Amino acid sequence: MKIKALSRPASSAQAPGSSVNKLTRNLDPTQHPFERAREYTRALNATKMERMFAQPFLGDFEPGHVDGVYSLAKDPESLENLASGSGDGIVKVWDQGSRKEIWQAQAHENMIKGMCWTRNKHLLTCGSDQKIQLFDPYTTPSKSPPKATWHGGAFTSVAHHRNLPNFAAASDKVSIYDISRASGAPVQTLNWPTAIDTINALAWNQVETSIIASTATDRAIILYDLRTSSPLHRTVLHLASNCIAWNPMEAFNFAVANEDHNIYAFDMRNMKRALNIYKGHVAAVMSVEYSPTGEELVSGSYDRSVRLWERQKGHARDIYHTQRMQRVFSVAWSADNNYVLSGSDDGNVRLWRAKASARQGVKSAALRQKLQYDDALKERYQHMPEIKRIARHRHVPKQVKKAGEIKKDELASVKRKEENERRHSKKGKVRRQAEREKAILAREQ
Amino acid sequence: MASKPPTKSFAPQPRPKKTPVDDAEAQLQAEYAQAADSQYGRGRKISTKSVKDKKLRANLRALEQKTKQATLQAKQAEILLDNEAGLIEPEYELERTYKVRQDDIRNEVSIETAKKGFELRLDALGPYDVCDYTRNGRELLIASRKGHVANFDWREGKLGCELQLGETVRDAKWLNNNQRFAVAQKKCVYIYAGDGVEIHQLKKHQEATHLEYLPYHFLLASISTAGMIRYTDISTGQMLSDLPTKLGPPTALTQNPYNAILHAGHQKGLVTLWSPNSQTPLVKLLPHRSPVRAIAVDKSGRYMVSASQDRQMSIWDIRMFRELHSHHLKAPAHSISISDRNLTAVGWGSHVSVYKPDLFSLSPESDVRVPTPYMNWQGDGMGVSKVKYCPFEDVLGIAHAKGFTSILVPGSGEPNPDSLEPGTNPFETPKQRQEAEVHALLEKLQPEMISLDPNFVGNLDLVSHEQRLAEKDMDAKKENKVEKLKKKARGRNSALKKYLRRHGQKNIIDEEKVRAREALQRNNAKLAAKLKKDQESYGPALARFARKG
Repeated sequence: MKIKALSRPASSAQAPGSSVNKLTRNLDPTQHPFERAREYTRALNATKMERMFAQPFLGDFEPGHVDGVYSLAKDPESLENLASGSGDGIVKVWDQGSRKEIWQAQAHENMIKGMCWTRNKHLLTCGSDQKIQLFDPYTTPSKSPPKATWHGGAFTSVAHHRNLPNFAAASDKVSIYDISRASGAPVQTLNWPTAIDTINALAWNQVETSIIASTATDRAIILYDLRTSSPLHRTVLHLASNCIAWNPMEAFNFAVANEDHNIYAFDMRNMKRALNIYKGHVAAVMSVEYSPTGEELVSGSYDRSVRLWERQKGHARDIYHTQRMQRVFSVAWSADNNYVLSGSDDGNVRLWRAKASARQGVKSAALRQKLQYDDALKERYQHMPEIKRIARHRHVPKQVKKAGEIKKDELASVKRKEENERRHSKKGKVRRQAEREKAILAREQ
Repeated sequence: MASKPPTKSFAPQPRPKKTPVDDAEAQLQAEYAQAADSQYGRGRKISTKSVKDKKLRANLRALEQKTKQATLQAKQAEILLDNEAGLIEPEYELERTYKVRQDDIRNEVSIETAKKGFELRLDALGPYDVCDYTRNGRELLIASRKGHVANFDWREGKLGCELQLGETVRDAKWLNNNQRFAVAQKKCVYIYAGDGVEIHQLKKHQEATHLEYLPYHFLLASISTAGMIRYTDISTGQMLSDLPTKLGPPTALTQNPYNAILHAGHQKGLVTLWSPNSQTPLVKLLPHRSPVRAIAVDKSGRYMVSASQDRQMSIWDIRMFRELHSHHLKAPAHSISISDRNLTAVGWGSHVSVYKPDLFSLSPESDVRVPTPYMNWQGDGMGVSKVKYCPFEDVLGIAHAKGFTSILVPGSGEPNPDSLEPGTNPFETPKQRQEAEVHALLEKLQPEMISLDPNFVGNLDLVSHEQRLAEKDMDAKKENKVEKLKKKARGRNSALKKYLRRHGQKNIIDEEKVRAREALQRNNAKLAAKLKKDQESYGPALARFARKG
């Protein structure tokens, strides 16, 4: 008779010469019962943990502005510096790491409308006093006079070329200046021949560097091509847009922040319809910017909130607000993709985490693995009702919630009215229109 | 005609068969993948061909690929397993494994292993009805009917505690680890710490006869002499709802380790399946015609073995709910236990018989009348009252009239424990135990997740809308609009409303009211017509008996 019994001496639990117990695995499914239910529970815990760790607000930049912050500009050549311009004409340059001011100057007599950095680390500002100023914040002391000044119309926005020493300034037309010719006349001016109205915002495409997009108070979005020195396209939306931003990764896509509480993404090659409509704000969107990856957007709104969006989805993935933050007029996404900045009417520039529950510190391998596993679980069970509810829930200020409810009612009534109209008219006469096409009122080429 | 266009035949053509793989290596690989899938796979594959959505299809395909990879890797990881299972194999044709005695086994195996077979003679303390191992098989808990309860690390012979309760003890169970155990005493259930300190008295669990502990749900279940099943969450102390079996005093209770369903045996020969979410049994089985005495369910949750007073032992497939086999023992069985590797031990009289897993492959049509045991053990005149396999060891614990005996059953234990599965690491250190406890608590499953199919979580509810409609009460009376209008409460009465009812609102045309009035008129007309018809049919003499309505 052949007899063999299991013998597992205590010494076998440890590797020879070690005092640490061996970690033995057996992947047999019968040894791991309730696999699904346990995985689900883990996913639920991971989701709850994510919400527990969601503390997006990191702090504000001290000392803040006396008046509201109406423009923000990141230095494209640096990871940590940014400039903010306020309503009283003061420009401050900040260090993001220490959240301290490193330079400031009275750039304009009143409101600073637009700012941008040049490639040689100089700062261009434009204000409502009909001037454009060029400062050198890194080498000159605070309150030093500008290096150059350009006079012209009532400038609302400036944007710099990716590598050439040119910048565009918007007034009732787009003027291209050569930065090397201080206080010279514009090299080139562009405008739509039939529509002359104040241009709100301007954005120079940093990839396709001959394309400039602008939004005007006559509700139009106009695209200009510098190669032909002519405007390309004019698209009229229902309401005016406040800000425009190019997608840094997809050169032909841009987003506009609209007065009608929505953000519209467009493909400049096909302006017949919007690429996506980001809905959620309950007041005019004042500012929008893409993340450096081009996968996400941040927007600041008159409803005192900052929202973060995924490019492919229509609703905000997160909403940031504090008790003291007023109307948000400018937002920026830091160049390392980890932080979001907002400048608001209360004069503060605030720093937020781009992912509310993420932490930037050095993580151990075990922690990294755990976080990855949790992410996979959350993705796998994201459709479960309880998990969905917890992941989606955000506390929003009472006013925003109320306004959202009212807005929902209003939109429902508009929809109901349309449906009634359709029901009482001849079949096929009143057609349903795609929401993304509806956004566009008129187009001119 | 020079060239003839190919004519399309409309007859159904047979699909081109997959070319058989000539290459022996490819064949081997395919077999390997097949084996991996059957062992580690997670059910049927999703066929992605019929999915129309491009993104969904790509996602599903990626998922399938991942699963396939994972099963193959799991199979490959088998070479890392440390130990092999034990066995007894006859070398000659006439040798029988059931003739092997414990002494023979002890002589054959190593000294360390031989020490695992021992006997505790506890004559004075009465019949021992209960023995239970912790989930990692380190500690043993024994209890006598007269109230002697002891727990100890049975390999090192280190006593944890010894209690003389002086009270009837009906059952005892280890809870999540060796730190706590529950004892069903005369009146209620008590929870003791590993060192014998009474921690809790569960007064609600009155006169419990059997205890079960569901480790992943942290639920302690008891069934009382009155037939009430009660659950307590031992992590929070909360009671779940009581479930009345309404079938008299229970005779057996066991849990299905696959889905945490309780199987209760009854006097009538019934076995009922319970989850805390239903006041009625999920399933009622009738495996026997006389009181059920013992039930056991295998680890994969597929087979149930039960024994009854009339000596019958029956094997059921509890996924199909059909009997596979039944036969008669020489004496009614007292206790059944199924090991990790599906060896079934049956304690009857003063004997224990162990059957091999092929007990489960018997079919109703098979010509085997009585299956041959794999091993036999006989205690001299000691009535066996409980058999219990030790997890991860080739050991069977037998509680009997004169104490406790531990016998070696080669091939019964799972050779390779998983040290990351909470509570099942035989070599765990106190630190690991504490950590595993925290993890287990974090992963505690909610009682709502107990169901016959434990994998229902995350599945799409495929009960269609039509099905739900069909399930609605079709016999319900149609709602009578007119009646509803008549009885409609119109809020608080007031002088103004009264006035308005009488005088005002006459020139207001309320659509709903108009419709109701019309409906009322129609109804009245219908009733009048019916009355008239009835009167005519009854004839002149009986017409007065016709009634409206």
